[in-house]
Amino acid sequence: MLTARALACARGHRTVLSGIDLTLPAGSVWGVLGANGAGKSTLLATLAGELTPAGGAVTLHGKPLAQLRSSELARQRAVLPQAPSLAFDLDVGSVVAMGAYPYPELSPAALHDLQQRTLAYADIADLGQRRYLSLSGGEQQRVQLARVLLQLLACKGRSEYRLLLLDEPTANLDPRHQRQLLDAVAALARDEGIAALLVLHDVNLAARWCDRLLLLADGKAIAAGTPAEVLTPAHLEAAYGLPAHVLAHPDGADYPLVLFA
Amino acid sequence: MKPSPNSLFKLTPARVLLLLLALLLVAVLASALSGAVSLPLAALPRLLRGDAGDDAALWLNVLLQVRLPRIVLAVTAGAGLAVSGAAIQALFRNPLAEPGLIGISLGGALGAVAAIVLGAPTLPVIIPAAFAGSLLATALAYQLGSRQIGVANLLLAGIAINALCGSVIGLFTYQADDGQLRSLTFWNLGSLSGASWPLLAWLVPWVALLCWRLCRDWRALNALLLGEREAQHLGFALAPLRRRIIVAVALLVGPLVAITGAIGFIGLIVPHLLRLPLGSDHRWLLPNSIVAGALCLTLADWLARVAMAPSEIPIGIVTSLVGGPFFIWLLVRQGRAC
Repeated sequence: MLTARALACARGHRTVLSGIDLTLPAGSVWGVLGANGAGKSTLLATLAGELTPAGGAVTLHGKPLAQLRSSELARQRAVLPQAPSLAFDLDVGSVVAMGAYPYPELSPAALHDLQQRTLAYADIADLGQRRYLSLSGGEQQRVQLARVLLQLLACKGRSEYRLLLLDEPTANLDPRHQRQLLDAVAALARDEGIAALLVLHDVNLAARWCDRLLLLADGKAIAAGTPAEVLTPAHLEAAYGLPAHVLAHPDGADYPLVLFA
Repeated sequence: MKPSPNSLFKLTPARVLLLLLALLLVAVLASALSGAVSLPLAALPRLLRGDAGDDAALWLNVLLQVRLPRIVLAVTAGAGLAVSGAAIQALFRNPLAEPGLIGISLGGALGAVAAIVLGAPTLPVIIPAAFAGSLLATALAYQLGSRQIGVANLLLAGIAINALCGSVIGLFTYQADDGQLRSLTFWNLGSLSGASWPLLAWLVPWVALLCWRLCRDWRALNALLLGEREAQHLGFALAPLRRRIIVAVALLVGPLVAITGAIGFIGLIVPHLLRLPLGSDHRWLLPNSIVAGALCLTLADWLARVAMAPSEIPIGIVTSLVGGPFFIWLLVRQGRAC
């Protein structure tokens, strides 16, 4: 299980965040919210083991991330980047197959099965033969999703802890594909016990799809908990500097609906 | 079900590799038989049986002592330069990158020029000096460039080291006398005439070993195409990976530069040509680069020997004459794609 204790994150010498406590148990879906520059991506990069904590610690099963080899870590956590690009062209199948690089022992047949499964998960089964750079931004994002899903699903032991970190995964997607992506993440958490942490801008998407939210402002976490606990007018105004109405959801769901004035 | 003619002729990476190997074989044979002394193909079986008559001694001597070492050097150098180019382009995520970018070529040139002007213009002095120069320049560029994350710094450090090497080369050239100038020019234009069996006996296994080393990293090089962060997320620790690639390329290209002088454009253009039909999957791009590089340099050497026979054009001129216009075409094409 990934745990952050009294975590401080820095970009260069500038401390961006401090005092973050966070536990990501198997099967949970956490959403991270906050204004631009609040430190969401820095937090994600630190939890991914990419940036070293400026204070406190991030541990995986009690071991600090810095003590784990990159190859070991890659078998337990995958990261969907914010603006994925490709320096040279590859076909979609090869990009998705990169998710299996942490598992060189995988047989070609097993890899093929996983590829088909993840392409279907990301709703791009028909794109397998296309060249990546010929795809639209939204399609590219879904190819990257298939790649990180493969990275997690290739892990043999189902009981093993796996973590998926997604940095603004819905930014390039239309509403249908936003929903589909978040559906896929929720299904993975439920069926496979994968822990997920998403950086999101859309407060209502976060309320709808995450069991827990973390709201960042002024270099600190100003609220953490269920959507109903975190999404209050006071918290939202503190985070975004905008007055907000928090309504009961018209569908009668147990999460609120936020309207910024 | 019968395969459709389309799938039969589709250029799969494995087929391209076989095709290139076949072409390389033909090129080697053609190159071995033609030159200042031409060997008729029909005489080859008789030569192998040992009853070629009076010409046998001459032919055997030309073939074994002059041509074959050159051809083997061309194959070895072409393979090494092209595979290094492919690896460096992936490392820098830039199609216009080549091994010279991190100081290997000009560092080697500086070592050679210093040896010629300060020491003696003989191969046993020039080759170690050039090798030392290229390793030193690359190590310096790497040290300077790896102080910060990201490959841009390495690029800038390489440019600075190259500029420095270039100016010191200029200084040495200015100081050189006429005899030394001839040696300098000869070295700067690139040549395969340094080939000899004792040299090849260690160079060939050395280059083969390092080519294999680079090919083994195909996964990491593919992951780098996604981005440095993404490669890290896929389990490739960035700093050791970068060090591994640069050390392999420096150890591979350093001796080649030392022995053959400056042979440009092979490392830049061969990987490019292959990306057009194959895409950039390094699993296939690297082995294909090895064979295609060997093929290109064998053809260039053949052209250099037969174009103005009996005199010989320096091979660096041939590769640049063919490579230069191609590079321009590449730039224009890239500009259009943007």
